[in-house]
Amino acid sequence: MSRLLAMLVAISVLPFAIAPLAAQDSMPPAPYAYRQLDDSGLEARARGLMEELRCLKCQSQSIADSDAPMAGDMRHQVRLRIAAGEDPEAIREWMMERYGDYVSYAPVVSRTTWPLYVGPVVLLLIAGLLLWRRFRKVA
Amino acid sequence: MKGWRFFLPLGLFAAFVGIAGYQLSQPKSEFVESAMIGKPMPPFDMRPATSDVPGLSLANLKDGKPKLLNIWASWCVPCAAEAPHLAELERQGAPIVGVAIRDRPEDVAAFLARYGNPFQRIGADDLSELQLAIGSSGVPETFVIDGEGVIRYQHIGDVRAEHVPLLMEKLREAGA
Repeated sequence: MSRLLAMLVAISVLPFAIAPLAAQDSMPPAPYAYRQLDDSGLEARARGLMEELRCLKCQSQSIADSDAPMAGDMRHQVRLRIAAGEDPEAIREWMMERYGDYVSYAPVVSRTTWPLYVGPVVLLLIAGLLLWRRFRKVA
Repeated sequence: MKGWRFFLPLGLFAAFVGIAGYQLSQPKSEFVESAMIGKPMPPFDMRPATSDVPGLSLANLKDGKPKLLNIWASWCVPCAAEAPHLAELERQGAPIVGVAIRDRPEDVAAFLARYGNPFQRIGADDLSELQLAIGSSGVPETFVIDGEGVIRYQHIGDVRAEHVPLLMEKLREAGA
């Protein structure tokens, strides 16, 4: 009985396991998609950036976490550029010029995000002002 | 007199909950738009994606005539769905060039044999390099490139019947 149940579960889950594979290409991954750089210092710099770049096909993952072929191509490009001596921040900048702030997980102060930074400061000032007035009355 | 001030924090809180609730109920856009609209195409030179159709380079785009640049792949299901609409665009006179993402020559040839070939040229982008360089985040996508090689418009997702007049209009705006 339990074997039958397991089979039913397997059969019902199978199409979902196969469907995503059908939408992938048949090319091998990019050379540096899964291969680390030989220099561990350079690999660490690449790793740091890859963890902060968003996978565009699977938007809740970083390219370091994703197995999407496009994320592999992005890792390949990041590793090659770092190996060629490019600064991680320059590569991030390059990506943001193409995909907007969205591609980077590192928050930046921009025309749309400044209230997030200014808001708390304003609230603190208001709270401070209120406290100051209250304590002055007591004193 | 002091009543409204008593309820001010509650009012602010209610406004906050209201705004957050409204934003949460709005559908989220799944598309990442390219920030390269209005910017020039980068230099590139791609081998032919299949032996019967020539490859694609920046020089081909800068020949003075606006074109549709279709980012696609033989393994991409919506790309098959948009094939008849690309054929219709070609029939209406739109010059279409293709970029095949991570694709094998034999697979490209089989796809063209099955769905027809609306492309004047198809370059092979084996490492998604051109795709990344122009801010494209998936297949299929269709860009309008003007005669000087400047990106004018991006259509994300498969081209459907209703997009054909829109893309023809965007081509005209780019100087066709």
